[in-house]
Amino acid sequence: MTDRLQVTPSQTVGPFLHIALQWEDGPYVVPPGTAGGRWLRGRVLDGAGDPVPDGLVETWQADPDGRFDHPDDPRGATASAIEGFRGFGRSTTDREGRFEIFTVKPGPLPAPDGGTEAPHLDVSVLARGLLHRVVTRIYFPDEPQANERDPVLASVDPSRRPTLVATAGPDGLLHDIRLQGEHETVFFDL
Amino acid sequence: MDTERAPRLAVPHYRHDRDTDHPPLASPGYGSTALRAPARPLVVLPQRLTEITGPVLGETRVGELDHDLTRQHAAEPLGQRIVVTGRVLDGDGRAVRHTLVEVWQANAAGRYAHAVDNWPAPLDPNFAGVGRTMTDDEGRYRFVTVKPGAYPWRNHDNAWRPAHIHFSLFGRAFTQRLVTQMYFPDDPLFFQDPIFNAVPDPAARARMVSAYDHTVTESQWALGFTFDIVLRGRDRTPFEDEHDDD
Ligand SMILES: [Fe+2]
Repeated sequence: MTDRLQVTPSQTVGPFLHIALQWEDGPYVVPPGTAGGRWLRGRVLDGAGDPVPDGLVETWQADPDGRFDHPDDPRGATASAIEGFRGFGRSTTDREGRFEIFTVKPGPLPAPDGGTEAPHLDVSVLARGLLHRVVTRIYFPDEPQANERDPVLASVDPSRRPTLVATAGPDGLLHDIRLQGEHETVFFDL
Repeated sequence: MDTERAPRLAVPHYRHDRDTDHPPLASPGYGSTALRAPARPLVVLPQRLTEITGPVLGETRVGELDHDLTRQHAAEPLGQRIVVTGRVLDGDGRAVRHTLVEVWQANAAGRYAHAVDNWPAPLDPNFAGVGRTMTDDEGRYRFVTVKPGAYPWRNHDNAWRPAHIHFSLFGRAFTQRLVTQMYFPDDPLFFQDPIFNAVPDPAARARMVSAYDHTVTESQWALGFTFDIVLRGRDRTPFEDEHDDD
């Protein structure tokens, strides 16, 4: 048996996160040129609608078959059929608050309590002024039926659901994250 | 796959932290939270497959000298050389093995090698202030660096950040992701720092403060500090009760 320990508190990334957390290959959930790869682009905005230039957006997702190469997946760790699939994306924001992630659409997932989760990305947003990360999700606009049956979307007030669904963009998807304000993005307690 | 009839999936569950363990997002003393802290209540997200898995980032992310911030340039940086070491554990005391630890910090004069940091303290051409390493089989990490200086900011009158090193941790699941700051013992600037003091529980604040450790100090070389990091623990699943392999 092991002892219970109390967690280390969270602190803000502060304004200088770029020096460490900006990776050259950060945006690439899948390698450049992967079939089906698309750009997810958006901005992080504050309560005044101004860009957040010192932020970090991270994404985590299943592969297109809905599998994770991870030991805690009760279906078993399964390497993706996509060569170089990382599942993880990371983008610092620029002066206009913009982020970009290159990825593929994940498959739907069986929910442990029955039912099916629609294709989605889990998203962490960190920034100066955020004392701990905030968590949101991004769903896909071309999956209206799956989104309709998704248990997480169903738990969100219908008027706020659009803040969790990306829109089609010129080279993939567009999705702004609003930390505050009238159209504040839905954030989750995990 | 017919998920409607799939057998029930047993997934681990990560315990919720107490409210007093982390700073509230809206912390009026820290001015930048005013327009950035979400104002609406959070929506509960049950932990399912995406939440209980996470990136497995291999050793290839880390270069040979990435853990030694004093050996990344032509010459050594100025400042007090220190060793910072500790273990990454989960809330049940289990080692978090082979997980990426990223750090960044100001130089000995309190200045970051970042274009936006332009207060009048010198840059050090031999110090980038960025480190990476993977934990070992026991969850242990070790960095060699110089002690960062305190630096001023504009949050309140005569505001200074206590000396700190930023730490970024992944753990083994999306749920465990943590970014924090490591402080140094007995810093006289704690009393006026709204970021440190945003953590409501003084005992929780103390868990962000490293300890001077003479057994880590290396003779004729460097002062040693110990800093253990604890990520969220998880409830035991029926499977683990049968096969306690951790
Ligand atoms: Fe800092």
